[in-house]
Amino acid sequence: MFINHVMAAMLVCAMSIIASPLVAQSLRVKIGYIHSPPAIAPTLSNLDTPSLTQGRDGAQLALAENNTTGNFLNQSFELVELDKTNPDTNGIDFIVLNMSKTDMLAFADDAGNAGKILFNVNLDSADLRDDRCGANLFHTLPSIAMRADALAQFGLKKKWVKWALITGPKPADREMAGALENSARKFGIKIVSKKDWTFDSDMRRNAASEVPLFTQSFKNHDLVVIADPTNDFARYVQYNTWVPRPVAGGAGIKPVTWARSIEQYGAVQLQNRFREVAGHQMTSIDYAAWAAVRSIGEAVTRTKSITSASVRAYMLSDAFALAGFKGRSLSYRKWNGQLRQPIALAHHDAVVAMAPLDGFLHQRNELDTLGLDESESGCTAFEGK
Amino acid sequence: MPFQADEVWVTNEKDDTVSVIDIETLEVIRTLDVGQRPRGITFSKDFSRVYICASDSDAVQVMDPITGKILHELPSGEDPEQFVLHPDDTHLYIANEDDAITTVVDTKTRRVVAQIDVGIEPEGMAVSPDGKIAITTSETTNMAHWINTETQEIYANTLVDQRPRHAEFAKDGTELWVSAEIGGTISIFDVETQVETAKINFAIKGVHQDRIQPVGFRLNADNTRAYVALGPSNHIAVVDAQTFEVLEYILVGRRVWHMAFNADESMLFTTNGISGDVTAIDTNSLKALKSIKVGRYPWGAAFRPTTN
Repeated sequence: MFINHVMAAMLVCAMSIIASPLVAQSLRVKIGYIHSPPAIAPTLSNLDTPSLTQGRDGAQLALAENNTTGNFLNQSFELVELDKTNPDTNGIDFIVLNMSKTDMLAFADDAGNAGKILFNVNLDSADLRDDRCGANLFHTLPSIAMRADALAQFGLKKKWVKWALITGPKPADREMAGALENSARKFGIKIVSKKDWTFDSDMRRNAASEVPLFTQSFKNHDLVVIADPTNDFARYVQYNTWVPRPVAGGAGIKPVTWARSIEQYGAVQLQNRFREVAGHQMTSIDYAAWAAVRSIGEAVTRTKSITSASVRAYMLSDAFALAGFKGRSLSYRKWNGQLRQPIALAHHDAVVAMAPLDGFLHQRNELDTLGLDESESGCTAFEGK
Repeated sequence: MPFQADEVWVTNEKDDTVSVIDIETLEVIRTLDVGQRPRGITFSKDFSRVYICASDSDAVQVMDPITGKILHELPSGEDPEQFVLHPDDTHLYIANEDDAITTVVDTKTRRVVAQIDVGIEPEGMAVSPDGKIAITTSETTNMAHWINTETQEIYANTLVDQRPRHAEFAKDGTELWVSAEIGGTISIFDVETQVETAKINFAIKGVHQDRIQPVGFRLNADNTRAYVALGPSNHIAVVDAQTFEVLEYILVGRRVWHMAFNADESMLFTTNGISGDVTAIDTNSLKALKSIKVGRYPWGAAFRPTTN
């Protein structure tokens, strides 16, 4: 019953044509990508130069991974970058979107894109997973609500349950503050003091004199939480507070989708592979784009089908599981197309905890303790239930 | 005490050492310095040599187990993670994790015989008892690659569940077992047809399904039982290898990874990566006997008899 030498030689010759039970009809999958990221707001510090190619780099890495698998299965994947002002989506059923909210909503609502599978890889607004969701719009980037819930779980676990909240002036800062307040309410954290950040001077020169005074009036608190997603000023608050308290949010310990400090669960392999091809650290948007393209690969590989209907059905089924280097299997929420995933509580040099933290239980999936659960989401368009 | 002073050798991934456990006293009696990030470990058939994958040194080290001295290094390709010794006692099949390659090395001539392109992040390695088939599983490609050892080429590829970690032939080479860490399963294939014939699922009361991640496993010699390490669930599953039913779950240390039996299989030693220890299990009572502190991140385990 084992292969004898002659048979083995024949098998090897035949391999390129038939061979394994898996080698079937060849499948070619086109994945569209639109790279039109919203402008990144300037920050006082020059230390962190944002990657202009983030998102695209993550998609490219996942494409290579899909093709490695595809090589063994006679499946090939192609990433087609579409024109950002006038994208021709004809014949392309899967499209990764890295664009502004206005543009993304218009694109998703366009009748021509109705039956396609679109992935939001760069916007964390909660409303895109709630009442402003799209029937065809999946989200591989976690919502701001998921990340804020992760920080609240961490606060509760540490018994750091009295927060002082500082909110920056930008719309994204206020959105993050709103999410943090919602999460605090959800998990029983008390926000004892709130202040808006109003300085417009260069904090690199005067943080040491200004920040102690600014934080002096805070009521007794355990944690200073800063709604400043770009880390424009949060970095200057850290170590300059009136009383010695840890800082979270924009600086210090941050709830993040992906970070350089994630190295467990085999993540170091992904980090190394990515750095080698992209030349920079993998960002959260790279990770989300990677997850989107890998999701398509996983669905096509398993179903051996490239129609958007069967890929969508598989992605929303219980059989779908993406190995996402975060220690748990990732899957999509049927009610709004959000990719469920752990959130790292990380500072620059290490991951402090992974949410969901131990003890936060859920009747279906512990990952659903983060973000909008089925009963909380006002999304009716998605119809995956 | 027929097996007095037999040993279990454990690689400590984050200490660059090997801990040698005396299985009579259940204590570490030697700690040996090896190359960087040691993971896979296996002995030659006569136990005169021990092979160690030093992943970050990009080498397989060959050690004299009596003196603990490294004799030489074998070319291994980049980042060797896990390997398997062919029944000919000469060829090592090595998974090169970062390079998507399986490297075949001749331990006698110390030369690379072949390099075979496989999927991304190869890890699980197995050779059939007759030596004709080698298996590499790739974690990110989610496949078992079937290699003809005569031609050193792949002749079949089979999909398995997400993130395959380990492979073993069973039942005189008629079955191939593959664990899938994220899929949470072990798939069993008929070797002749490469068709999946059974799948083992796991469930532990009070542990979320996501945390039950099958990684390393071993079958006993008569293939009646399999012992499966379930990673971060901190349990070993005991499986009836004929019916594929799980008989028992044994609580061990944190992130249980690989394991080794003693000579008569009355004991099983598991490496627990996060807790940095080895659990000794009595395979008759299915009870954990003792935790033995080793180095940081114990990964591989191999048995060494010292009596004949």
